Amino acid sequence: MTEIQAGSGAAVAAAPVSGDVPAIELDHVVKEYVSHGEVVRAVKGVSLAIAEGEFFSLLGPSGCGKTTSMRMIAGFEDPTQGVVRLHGEDVTNVPPNKRDINMVFQSYALFPHMNVWDNVAFGLKRKKVPDAEIKRRVGEILEVVDLVGREKRRPKEMSGGQQQRVALARALVNRPRALLLDEPLGALDLKLRQAMQIELKRIQREVGITFVYVTHDQSEALTMSDRIAVMNDGLVEQLADPREIYERPASKFVAGFIGTSNLLSGTVQQITGDTAVLALGAGDRILVPADGALAAGATVDLTVRPEKIKIAKGRPEGDLSLVRGTVSEVVYLGTSNSYVVALGDGAEITVFEQNAHDSTITAERGDTVWLSWQPWHSYALR
Amino acid sequence: MSRLRASLTPYLLLFPGTLWLAIFFVIPTVVMLSLSLQSGDVVNGYAFTFNWHSYVDGIGTYHDQIIRSLVYGVISTVIQIVIGFPVAYWIAFKGGTRKSVYLFLLLLPFLVSFVLRTISWQFFLSDNGMLLGPLKSLGLVPEDFHILATSAAVIGGLAYNFLPFMILPMYVALERIDPRVLEAAQDLYASKVQTFLRVVLPLSLPGVFAGVLMTFVPATSDYVNASVLGGTSNTMIGNVIQNQFLVNQDYPTASALSFTLMALLLVGIFAYAKALGTEDVLEVAAR
Ligand SMILES: Nc1ncnc2c1ncn2[C@@H]1O[C@H](COP(=O)(O)OP(=O)(O)O)[C@@H](O)[C@H]1O
Ligand SMILES: [Mg+2]
Repeated sequence: MTEIQAGSGAAVAAAPVSGDVPAIELDHVVKEYVSHGEVVRAVKGVSLAIAEGEFFSLLGPSGCGKTTSMRMIAGFEDPTQGVVRLHGEDVTNVPPNKRDINMVFQSYALFPHMNVWDNVAFGLKRKKVPDAEIKRRVGEILEVVDLVGREKRRPKEMSGGQQQRVALARALVNRPRALLLDEPLGALDLKLRQAMQIELKRIQREVGITFVYVTHDQSEALTMSDRIAVMNDGLVEQLADPREIYERPASKFVAGFIGTSNLLSGTVQQITGDTAVLALGAGDRILVPADGALAAGATVDLTVRPEKIKIAKGRPEGDLSLVRGTVSEVVYLGTSNSYVVALGDGAEITVFEQNAHDSTITAERGDTVWLSWQPWHSYALR
Repeated sequence: MSRLRASLTPYLLLFPGTLWLAIFFVIPTVVMLSLSLQSGDVVNGYAFTFNWHSYVDGIGTYHDQIIRSLVYGVISTVIQIVIGFPVAYWIAFKGGTRKSVYLFLLLLPFLVSFVLRTISWQFFLSDNGMLLGPLKSLGLVPEDFHILATSAAVIGGLAYNFLPFMILPMYVALERIDPRVLEAAQDLYASKVQTFLRVVLPLSLPGVFAGVLMTFVPATSDYVNASVLGGTSNTMIGNVIQNQFLVNQDYPTASALSFTLMALLLVGIFAYAKALGTEDVLEVAAR
């Protein structure tokens, strides 16, 4: 494991790799709506660049501006300020039917009066593609999404999962340079959702086009994306790859939104070599990797992931972060146990323990336990 | 016991409506049908004789009025579609939060009685009335120009009087269209015009169909507009039937004409449904 330095996970809003022109760029984009005479700032200044062929996710809680951002890329909303570029070209004032990208709507928005075939062929017909080619391409894409034999069905005669795949085929058949997907799996049940996640990833690899994927489901974003922009309240809080976002959240918000994390805070007591020591209560201490920014007396907010913490009845030895508390809850989760441990100051820490060797539970409710973790698993937040 | 009740429930729910229709629709219809096949006169009484003559004579004498009624019905219905569709479209897509206000305003004049509204049109259109009076005194139209007692006046009255029954079903169909579906069409390279022709129009067809049913039938069989706004050369079959029933008391002829009209309307509606209401039309629209 490489040395982790606090603060190195700051948001970088640039496209990765190569000097290629980004497929999609939002440049200081602001969107204000007026509703009931009141101005709502849905997007408060977002800049991001999405590389060609990337699986890029916009992740954030409901109402944070994901759909609005995506609709500005598609051309359904005009930005109040800022510029939208597609492949380097300013398209801020170009209507949606003139943009070489397609969108998969949250509710699919299939044409209810058309069968599957006509739904899928709609875009190609509007582009005046020759009939023979339409026939071939629609046939091909229906194979990709596994809908061969359903060509004559109407949307209302199909299941949610099938409708979802029609919506996908209807967009992909046009071979757009980028595909926008707004919570495309939101209406599906868990099993189908997971199957479609794998399917979408496969299709994206196969067709090799840029995917912009909107979701509020952090595990979905983590498993599927090349990079993720975590949004909160109209702003991008962090833009990085999934590992970075999980391991080095840029803010309290990101740490809290992605996975389960324990937020702690303390004052730096002393700095020993490359480790800062935060004192909590009697015998408790938290070790944090120190960089130049940490000095004695500074207050530090930090996060520790539950799976990094060890739980023990006795006090472990070594250069570890150590805190003592009382088990207030034990949940058996099958592959792991989850403990909630209350510290002396009222804070609570969640701990996951793998059921690796046996399923005997280490501690029970009411037990006093020691929690320990390696210094580099304390991640200081800025 | 509860199974029995469950299996009876649908019939219990149907019972009041069925009873109502039986008393006020089926029985009079059967009586009329029998009347149309009777012969005799009002003084000596009528007897059931399986007499087809009322049909043959009625159609022979009044075919002009029958054809005129159908023509007026079709023209006024087309006018209502042309006027009503943009209104329904505007309220459905641009009405915002005030949709119900607009619908109410639309219906407001129709809280006044049908006959009264038609009579006010008569005032408005009369030879020296509110419309023609000023135009004539300005010399913009000739002194002998008139609107009343023309086909235009009757058709205009019909189109006006049934308009809400055209707009409301069209509005309901348009209102149900998901705006995202229109965005999807635009996203798939359709221009505004193509979006309208390929998506909005086909999806509104059920509403147009319902609107036509609700206006064409009453317009064709109407007699109020022709008697208030029309002249002797604009009488419709409704006027004839009313006259035969209430003035001449020639019940067989009146009943026979009523059944002829009913048969024509049914044939017309089925032909229209076949042409418009089937899935094939929607399939064509999808191309
Ligand atoms: N057409 C609109 N009019 C007014 N406010 C809107 C409109 N669309 C979205 N908003 C507001 O903008 C904010 C962001 O919405 P949205 O982009 O849909 O969020 P998300 O997709 O992340 O849930 C929300 O507060 C929402 O209420
Ligand atoms: Mg959304």
